[in-house]
Amino acid sequence: MLSKKELLDMYFIDARARLIDLAAFLDRLERHEGADDIRLRYLREALPILLEERPDRAKAVLEKFSDHTTELSETAPFQGASGAPVS
Amino acid sequence: MSYIEPHAHMVSRTTDDYERLALAGCEALCEPAFWAGFDRSSADGFYDYFRQLTEYEPKRAARYGIKHFCWLCINPKEADDPGFAREVMALIPEFIGRDNVLGIGEIGLNKNTRSELKIFEEHVQIALDYDLPVLIHTPHLEDKLKGTKIILDSLASFSKLDRSKVIIDHVEEHTVAHVLDAGYWAGMTLYPESKCTPNRAIDILEVYGSENIWMNSACDWGVSDPMAVPKCALEMKRRKHTPEMIRKVTYDNPAKFLSQSPRFKL
Repeated sequence: MLSKKELLDMYFIDARARLIDLAAFLDRLERHEGADDIRLRYLREALPILLEERPDRAKAVLEKFSDHTTELSETAPFQGASGAPVS
Repeated sequence: MSYIEPHAHMVSRTTDDYERLALAGCEALCEPAFWAGFDRSSADGFYDYFRQLTEYEPKRAARYGIKHFCWLCINPKEADDPGFAREVMALIPEFIGRDNVLGIGEIGLNKNTRSELKIFEEHVQIALDYDLPVLIHTPHLEDKLKGTKIILDSLASFSKLDRSKVIIDHVEEHTVAHVLDAGYWAGMTLYPESKCTPNRAIDILEVYGSENIWMNSACDWGVSDPMAVPKCALEMKRRKHTPEMIRKVTYDNPAKFLSQSPRFKL
């Protein structure tokens, strides 16, 4: 297993780039016109999870973007998936 | 390195991809029946598809020294129409005895509907009737957690089901423990966007261990990479995992699970 320093040496630039890309995505959304969207709300609500002191942030983010209802649907409202529970 | 690609949809890939897989060390690959990117209009379309999986693809793979195996079913996305689904399922007995057929899959849920679940359970019963392994697809993105829980609840009602012969695929950080703790095998799919990245898959191995788990590319017509498994193996090497550990999750584990079908021979 790698040490913290070895992990940072290998992956810090990649993680930095992904974080800046996300920041730029949020800037881009603000610059463009249009109605707010529930997907953006989910994204904003997930961001504080990254700062929590816990060992399972990835799991918590995935749970944030999950449908937590339990009942079966009678029919599929649409066939794809949008990444956040929008219906 | 030698490895097994346990989940690839080669009907959607080019012959060049077979060459790349062979060059990377792929000895065998398994192709579950799936949604081809558009809904087929009749059961005849599936008849042709099952012939493609059992007659044509094994020959295409063999040209590159790769053994080709497949799984049969109607995929969950096209299973929301039970009448249509049952027409397709009626074709399975004609193909189930063919040399490269391992079991029933990839069955499961797509949008977690009542009809999808009914057809899923009828597929599980076919697997039990023929004493075959089962490969299960879990839903995409926001539907995955709910669908995984529904699938696990449903499987628990099959008292004669041998859980060691069932693999539940496309697990991520929020579903892997549910699957492994219940005694099933787990599959991690390496997708650039919508499932596990190589580093996340390695994290899962580090946290949850390397027993009863495999990784696959599930390469198809969408955003996917047939080279995902060897790329993940390289990432494991960069992260100082041992050659034995890399071999275990990319070769030994898939071979162990798949060998539960007598037709799987390397």
